[in-house]
Amino acid sequence: MLDFMRDLLAPNRPRLMIKPDSAYSIKTPLVPANSVAGRSLVMVIAIMTFLAALTAGAATLISDASIDWRGEAASEASIQLRPTKGRDIEADLESAANIAAKTRGVASVKIYSKADSEGLLSPWLGQGLDLQELPVPRMIVLKLDIKARPDLSKLGVEIVSAVPGASLDDHHIFISRLGDMARAATMISLFIFILVVIALGIAVASATRAAVATNREIVEVLHLVGATDRFIAREFRRRFFSLGLSGAVLGGGGAILFFAGIKLLSNSWRATAGGDQTEALFGDFTLSLTGYGVVLLLIACVAGLTGYLSQQIVFRHLQQLNE
Amino acid sequence: MLSFENVGLRYGVSPETLRDITFEIAPHSFQFLTGPSGAGKTTLMRLIIMALKPTRGIINIFGKDTERLNQEEVTATRRGIGIVFQDFRLLDHLTLYENVALPLQVQGREESSYRAEVTELLRWVGLGERVTAPPSVLSGGEKQRAAIARALISRPKLLLADEPTGNVDPTMARRILRLFVELHKSGTAVIIATHDLTLMDQYDEARRLVLADGRLHIFE
Repeated sequence: MLDFMRDLLAPNRPRLMIKPDSAYSIKTPLVPANSVAGRSLVMVIAIMTFLAALTAGAATLISDASIDWRGEAASEASIQLRPTKGRDIEADLESAANIAAKTRGVASVKIYSKADSEGLLSPWLGQGLDLQELPVPRMIVLKLDIKARPDLSKLGVEIVSAVPGASLDDHHIFISRLGDMARAATMISLFIFILVVIALGIAVASATRAAVATNREIVEVLHLVGATDRFIAREFRRRFFSLGLSGAVLGGGGAILFFAGIKLLSNSWRATAGGDQTEALFGDFTLSLTGYGVVLLLIACVAGLTGYLSQQIVFRHLQQLNE
Repeated sequence: MLSFENVGLRYGVSPETLRDITFEIAPHSFQFLTGPSGAGKTTLMRLIIMALKPTRGIINIFGKDTERLNQEEVTATRRGIGIVFQDFRLLDHLTLYENVALPLQVQGREESSYRAEVTELLRWVGLGERVTAPPSVLSGGEKQRAAIARALISRPKLLLADEPTGNVDPTMARRILRLFVELHKSGTAVIIATHDLTLMDQYDEARRLVLADGRLHIFE
């Protein structure tokens, strides 16, 4: 059909060496890179991803630390013996320890000496105080084998009935409070995370609308050469997915570096009293594999969400134009 | 192939820009659409490609009432129409190859199935050495030929050209006209919007559709 065209349109044009057809291909995205406020959107996405990753990482740290705390607390129980007039407290300690040692799931029993028990009070009462005249309670610490499922309720009843003035503390109140605190911290993190994602969505939506307005002429040409709304929306998604991925890698990578940096710093704090307290609270600041997995998942989700949101916004916008 | 029946178009509350437009375009036909500047030639073209909706009347394209087409059908119908815009509408950020391939790319076809066709067409219109050039470095005549190549690449049943010789010298204008005449002879219906009387005089076998005062007058 077109054999006549070359001579009609360019009869005297010298023929140059022309590359083979395979040398040509479509490489340029239909939505121009410079028509989207790319750099600023990448920065916004990077900051949002960084904040979201910090929140998710902090939630993972607290959750992991709380599992450690609860594990440690649940693997111990203590028997407290208050001095009672007319009773030999050392004999009572022995008999309570014997009852505990015979119970299934109790791995070891340690009677704290009078000096050890008084030592436990020194952080509150100070050093150098003569406690001889005070009725300082005595402690027996039980190490539990959780897998053997010790029946602590039954043990508690036996101890109380055999030794007047004795009581068993299985730490369940402490464990329950730790659990509540960890859940509260996770919920707060989740709330902040949701706020960050909403802010990210608003930023992407606004940038997409601006990009559609800037590329109005391109959109019109695409329509007139036979592009469907879905095709045009997909082209915008490709562009925004690539921006989203750049920003998410930047922000998520920054968060991973941040956690790595904090881990290094925590090593230098470790020798100090404050460092020990912090470590007791948050563990050794090592983000677990799950934590790194969450950050990587977040990067993928942010990129996917950016692309998906832009596609939906462009598609709806084009549908409205057609009505 | 294409028919307008009592079509009218007004913008807002202004008087009708086009009034009672009635005509038919037969397959394999050739016509000039002419009239003074501002008579509504481009508006009529935009009605044909469904970029505008008429205020009243019926437009049938390829046997379908455009009023009843859904968006997918509008797109499918547009794929049967090639259009050369007065201002070319080439996308400056794409190469010439990518611009010409656009109508096939948007159909979702694999590039390997049309690569040879696009480069061949570009060579045929004398742009074989400019395949990777962006439109911004091309002359008016080269842009015009690139726009024509883009309109032809999907082998449309109907070709619309809006002032296709407005930016080229008389020699190139004659060549472009001969190209359209040959396309018409090979089976494509052609509508050329122009106010260039010299151009029209070069092919007096063509029907003339004259727009004046919002009305269409047909000279067979």
